[in-house]
Order: sequence, then structure tokens, then C-alpha cells
Amino acid sequence: MLDWFQHFGRFWIDLSASFGRAHLFLGRLLLSLPSLLVRFGLVVRQLYASGVLTLSIVLVSGLFVGMVLALQGYNTLVGFGAEESLGVVVALTLVRELGPVVTGLLFAGRAGSAMTAEIGLMKATEQLAGLEMMAVDPFKRIFAPRFLAGFIALPCLAAMFSAVGVIGGYLVGVEVLGVDDGAFWSQMKAAVEFGDDVVNGLIKAVVFGFVVCWIAIFQGSDCIPTSEGVSRATTRTVVYSSLAILGLDFVLTAIMFNV
Amino acid sequence: MFARFTEILVGVFMLLFFAAMFILAMRVSNLSGLTSNQGYEITAAFENIGGLKVRSKVSAGGVGVGRVTGIRYDSEDFEAIVTMKIDEKFDQFPLDTSASIYTAGLLGEQYIGLEPGSDIDFLEDGHEIELTQSAVVLEKLIGQVVFSRSGQQ
Repeated sequence: MLDWFQHFGRFWIDLSASFGRAHLFLGRLLLSLPSLLVRFGLVVRQLYASGVLTLSIVLVSGLFVGMVLALQGYNTLVGFGAEESLGVVVALTLVRELGPVVTGLLFAGRAGSAMTAEIGLMKATEQLAGLEMMAVDPFKRIFAPRFLAGFIALPCLAAMFSAVGVIGGYLVGVEVLGVDDGAFWSQMKAAVEFGDDVVNGLIKAVVFGFVVCWIAIFQGSDCIPTSEGVSRATTRTVVYSSLAILGLDFVLTAIMFNV
Repeated sequence: MFARFTEILVGVFMLLFFAAMFILAMRVSNLSGLTSNQGYEITAAFENIGGLKVRSKVSAGGVGVGRVTGIRYDSEDFEAIVTMKIDEKFDQFPLDTSASIYTAGLLGEQYIGLEPGSDIDFLEDGHEIELTQSAVVLEKLIGQVVFSRSGQQ
């Protein structure tokens, strides 16, 4: 019985300890960001790893999500004789919610897990310790470029996701289902606000990028340096980032769109 | 060689981002539309504005000429005061222009329709439209129909 209490207590102590480590880590990470101004090439290379390589999956899923939205939205709207509003439905759903959220989830799965695995393996093979021996700060050389690159890449990907999704919705709605071309675009234009909808969606994506990269890099550098530890850290990255994205999305939506 | 390849791809990536933002700004949202902040503000008092909202359309002859920028309630005259900004291109509305609140379609958005009068002077910034017609409230109409029917029987 006492054992159980001990386990329970240790669980919470470990949890709050890792929470504290994560925040100290974030502090050091943010402090080492200015050093990137001197060597921006590192960021470009990471932008390739986390942005360009995620591009294909984001574009393909954006297209299909937009197409499915158009199909489903059409079936509902046609019952009210309001199928002309299809463009509004597709664009608002994508720009406000699905763009940032789905892109964030895909990003966590594709780029976040890769980041954790890479850093975890660096730790397991003692490359990080080696860097420190050579007086190279791994925060400035390894962590900060990845953090900034992910931070930049996610909003870009989210914008592309929304744009491609709208095109997918257009293909299905106008070309296949026969919604009027002009009404599709003009109603969309009338209903979507650049300042409110598009910019708020991008702000969401920026927040998600911050959180996903933070979790991914911290889990990588905090993992147990064995192959099992790396695999666990990778799993944790995906799970924690997905939960954080979904939870934060609710909070952000409540703040931004509670008209 | 590889670094060059990477950099080119990152450049393409950023270009795609700008293209996406351009689509979102110009095609999807109304950034290109009636957003010119140049214009003049006029007010109009309505008994009832129905479902009119800030940013609702102001049109004349069906063409959008401006947007509603503010709605407040005047508790002295018990009227709703609607402020609207008219695009500067349309600065030749006569002083006795009338404003009515219409509904686009049966269940659509409500908007303000301006009907020009014949005065030789034009509306300017800060002027008030004197002739207004309130929104048609569907429930009231239905109520009237029901009561007139029951009166006949």
C-alpha cells in the first residue's frame, strides 16, 4: 500500500521536475536565438529539413481535406438551397481551424518526431557531449536553429494548406458538383476577413509551431540516452504535441472568435 | 553542392508561402475589395435595424458603395444610430437621399440601401440622412398576417 503511494508521489515529482526542466530549457533556447543572426545558414538548412520535406504531405492532405469539406458541405447546404455558400464554408473552416490544426498535427508527426529522434540520437551517441567538449554550445549550434526553423515553417505550411484546400474545394464544388463559379468566390470573399480570419489562423499556427518545436527539442535533449529512450521520447513528442495543439486550439478559438 | 540545392528548395518554399498568402489575401478574403479607408462618414437614425451588423454592406442601386462602421442606441430619442462610411468615389449623393434596411434574399444578410433624392447639394462627412425606413421584421409581418386573418373570421 505504501509502495503505491510512493509510486504515485514519485510520478508527480518527476512530472513537475520535467516541467521545470522544460521551462529552464525554453529560457536558454530563447536566449540563444540572437546568436542565429550571425549564422543564418544553419536555420536555412533546418528550414529544409522541417519545412520543405513536410511540404508534400501538407499539400496533398490540404487538397484532400478541401475536397472532402466541399463534398460534405455541399450535401448539407443543398438541403437549405444554400449551396452557393459552399465557398464560405470551405474557406472559413480551413482558414480558421483546419489549416493550423491539421498542419500542426502533421508537422508534429513528420518534423517534430524527426527532430526528437535526431537530437535524441545525438545525445545517445554522445555527440552533444562532444560538442560541449569542443566549447561549442549545443543550444546555439543544434537547438536554436531547429527551433527557429520550425517556428517559421509551420505558419508557412498552414497558409499553403489553407490555400491548396480552397483550391481543392473549388475543384470539387465548382467543377464536379456544379456550384456557380462566381457565387463560390464572391460569397467567400464577402465572408472571409483578412484581418480577423486569415491573420488569426496564422497566429494560431505560430503558437503551434512554438509549442511543437519546444516539445520536440526538449524531449530529444531530455531523453534517456538509449535506443529505447529515444523511441519513447519520439512517441512522447507526437502525443504531447498533438494534445497541446488540440487543447491550445480550443483556448485560442475561444479568445479569438467569441463574438 | 548539397547546400546550394537546399537553399534553392528553401527559396522555393518561401515563394510558395508568399503565393499562398497572396491567394488567401486576394482571392479568399476581401482584402482587395472595399477596404480603401478613404471615404466619408454619414449617420442615419432607424427605429429598428433588425439584424444589421457592423461591416454590413451599404449599397445604392445594388452596387456596394460603403460599409456600416458603427451602431449605437440613442436613449433620448429611442432610436438606433447607424454610422456608415461611404467610399470617396461616391461623393455625389444628394442631401435628401433616403436609407432603408433590406434583406438580401429571404433569409440573407441585411444591408442598407441608399436611394438618391433630387437635392442639388451633396451629403458630406458628418451629415445625417433624414429619410429612413426601418428593417422589416419577419415576426411582426407574420403576426400581422395572423391577426388580420383571425379578424376576418
